[in-house]
Amino acid sequence: MSKNVLRYVALTLGAVAMIGPFAWMLITSLTGDAQLARIDASLLPDPPTVEPYERLGEAFPFWRFAANSVGVAVVSTLLQLVTSATAAYAFSRLRFRGSNAVFVLYLATMMIPMQVIIVPLFIEMRHLGLVDSYAGLLLPTLVSSFGVFMLRQAFMALPKELDEAAYVDGAGHLRVFAQVLLPLVAPALATFAVFAFMSSWNAFLWPLVIAQTEAHMTLPVGLSLLQGRYSTAWNVVMAGSTMSVLPILALYVFAQRYVVRGITFTGIKS
Amino acid sequence: MRTAIAVAGFLAPSLLLLLGFWIGPMLGTAWVSLQDWNLIGVPTFVGLDNYTELLSDAEFHAALGHTLAYLAGYLPLVLVSGLAVALLLDAKLPAMTLYRATFFLPVISSWVAVSLLWKWLLNPADGLVNRILGMVGVAGPGWWTDPDWAMPSVVLASVWKDVGFVAVILLAGLQAIPRDLLEAAALDGAGWWRKLRSITLPMLSPSLFFVTVISLINGFQVFDQVWVMTEGGPGGASSVVVEQIVKNAFSYGRVGYASAMSMVLFAVILLVTLVQLRLQRRWVHYE
Repeated sequence: MSKNVLRYVALTLGAVAMIGPFAWMLITSLTGDAQLARIDASLLPDPPTVEPYERLGEAFPFWRFAANSVGVAVVSTLLQLVTSATAAYAFSRLRFRGSNAVFVLYLATMMIPMQVIIVPLFIEMRHLGLVDSYAGLLLPTLVSSFGVFMLRQAFMALPKELDEAAYVDGAGHLRVFAQVLLPLVAPALATFAVFAFMSSWNAFLWPLVIAQTEAHMTLPVGLSLLQGRYSTAWNVVMAGSTMSVLPILALYVFAQRYVVRGITFTGIKS
Repeated sequence: MRTAIAVAGFLAPSLLLLLGFWIGPMLGTAWVSLQDWNLIGVPTFVGLDNYTELLSDAEFHAALGHTLAYLAGYLPLVLVSGLAVALLLDAKLPAMTLYRATFFLPVISSWVAVSLLWKWLLNPADGLVNRILGMVGVAGPGWWTDPDWAMPSVVLASVWKDVGFVAVILLAGLQAIPRDLLEAAALDGAGWWRKLRSITLPMLSPSLFFVTVISLINGFQVFDQVWVMTEGGPGGASSVVVEQIVKNAFSYGRVGYASAMSMVLFAVILLVTLVQLRLQRRWVHYE
């Protein structure tokens, strides 16, 4: 019994350490300038104010950054689903020479970090005239060998008899793929979609390099600019950070099952 | 014939993107690293000059050292605290999902948001951490404004963000351990520590191995939190390898030199992963 009490005490301490900083983020974002400037002021906002949120759009087109992030994340996620699912179908259902070698090539690219290819990727985008464009932001993110791998596992778990029954009915590959198999791997698709959306929403290095004007900047890049333009207005910075955390938090609340499954899947693949 | 068309159709979208924007650039990194190029003129082939320059570049050596220092702090802390949280969460008791969710909040937030939050928490003059320390009579350090404390500040924020990730992966491993094994050990009189050492940790070793490799690979690429919290400062005290790559390529326009750094980083990551794979035979038990 007392063992469980200790467990709850330890977990509660941990939870406070996790939630406390987020609470402080929210509290600061609701604190007025005058109070923030006084070191001896009370910790809680008195009175709370939404002024920092109103000022978000003053120094930068903050809402443009947010819209860019939403747009890029949605388009990137949808197209990653398409490119990953089609490749997964090829690797699990089509027999062709060298299929194993090609699959190993896909897996090997998982070893390539964005950090290592960032310079030639930028040079390539310059040649294509795509520096500071949505296409430039999106193109490298539209394929995920992790997604291919994950969805291939899902397809392999489905019995081949399903396809064969459909072929007897005169269906082609496209129909077997889209109408027979795809609906059956919906949970895997959802898991990967949540994973892809989060990666895109939180991505920093590539958007930082390729977006050169405010028109194409995403939220993380915009946020990193909020600090220090004047002396840093921490209540405004925390308001922006809160705005960037909220959508992903909402996604998490509604899709917790898929988020956790996606993360644990990265563990299973070992 | 129909299969050939199907293969082409189903594989083309991903394969073309992979070749064009991942494999191609990877080969590109190798090629550019042999050039002297400022992006404006034409590249000139210089052989291994960029690499020999790296050998005597004090700034790069410092960045490599700071990256290793980051790993030396980050890796043990995140693994031990992640294991502790996983062990605490591994119980059939009420509210465990809720607790797990709180540890996951930083994992789903962006590095930029987390770094800004910790930069504010660790603000020397009016950050919450130093205010709380002040209340109990401790004069807090200058954190990210102090050369000695800049890297520890980055480590602190990183461990806080990743502990939930490590915990969730280890928790999945823990829950796969057959309960009767632990119960049999308990019947034989094994205490908590004995069960942990003799059953739980060996059975958990594949998951532990996986998070160690992933954390190592990610640790070598540390960038976002450094860029936001310290920009490598103060006075270069927290500069890291990727930050040097970005600065050389996009601030100084030395893309050949930056690519040589990328190749070194890639080689180090590959080497460390291979060493880990070899070492795993000694401590990882697969059933």
